Amino acid sequence: MQKVKTILLSKSVFENNDEQAELLRAELRKNHICLVNVMSSPGSGKTTLLVALINALKQSFDIGVMQADIDSDKDAVTVAEKTGVRSVQLHTGGMCHLDAGMTRQGLSALGDGLDLIFLENVGNLVCPAEYDTGATVNMVILSVPEGNDKPLKYPLVFEKCELAVISKTDTLPYFDFDMDECKKYIRARNAGAAVIPVSAKTGENTAELVNWFRQKLSER
Amino acid sequence: MHELGIVMNAVRQVEKAAADNGVQKVVGVTMEIGEVSTVVPELFLDAFNWAKKRTRFLGDAQLEMIIIEGRTYCQACGETYRTTEYGKKCPHCGSDETYLLTGDQVIIKDITAVSEEEESE
Repeated sequence: MQKVKTILLSKSVFENNDEQAELLRAELRKNHICLVNVMSSPGSGKTTLLVALINALKQSFDIGVMQADIDSDKDAVTVAEKTGVRSVQLHTGGMCHLDAGMTRQGLSALGDGLDLIFLENVGNLVCPAEYDTGATVNMVILSVPEGNDKPLKYPLVFEKCELAVISKTDTLPYFDFDMDECKKYIRARNAGAAVIPVSAKTGENTAELVNWFRQKLSER
Repeated sequence: MHELGIVMNAVRQVEKAAADNGVQKVVGVTMEIGEVSTVVPELFLDAFNWAKKRTRFLGDAQLEMIIIEGRTYCQACGETYRTTEYGKKCPHCGSDETYLLTGDQVIIKDITAVSEEEESE
């Protein structure tokens, strides 16, 4: 005879990942490692910006990079060639985001002895915001050509970040990008976020960004 | 693609609950999906029906989705309103000092499972 029963779960789908992420974050903090989850759209200039940042910071800190993409090792090779720091490529196997488990695997592939690790998440403003990677810092990059209204359209990623970088400011003369509006939209979602406009290409204002990271690393 | 990742997570949790409870198979899964959770119910159902065929317990399971309305609270005037209609800006007083109360959840509420009972007579 068959018996039908109902099992109550009341469990968030994200709960397992959130627990793993908290564990990972606690371990990183204990070991004084700063793990920066870098989120943005495809083509926002993540890799170029990271190369500039790493080259400015690599004398003072041991740095590693994890590149997450659906496929290819192009970004990992680019960063390794242009900075000389340790870098690993993570393939998400079709998934649109990284989770805490994948991040942990990437960290063990990268090895020990690092102060600062950048995790270049899959280019996407939606899904990476929903999955906590366990990073100690969440950062979003918004490039000028994408338009200043992105914080309205993709609020979650801007709510989750403590640092919002507005990249490609060298292209401002060619686009109708309202910097003040953009800052206002970001602050409406996240009053505490640092907003730093930069151009990795010309080097404009990258010093402020580098200093933000120096400050963050001194607080480890 | 996004929904599939969330479905895979949900399916893993249901499989574990089924194994822990020693059931034969799961015939129903009830989930609460928030209106502003970024999950599109139609795509979620498609992904679920694809994923369930690759599981031990969920092959015949039907997914029921309860859609939870998105409600936002305004700190300036204390009113609440429907998030999908007005977004961040309060329709009562125009303030944007508002926050989401509910509607971003993706929760597995319960599962209905069948287990083989020993013949008592």
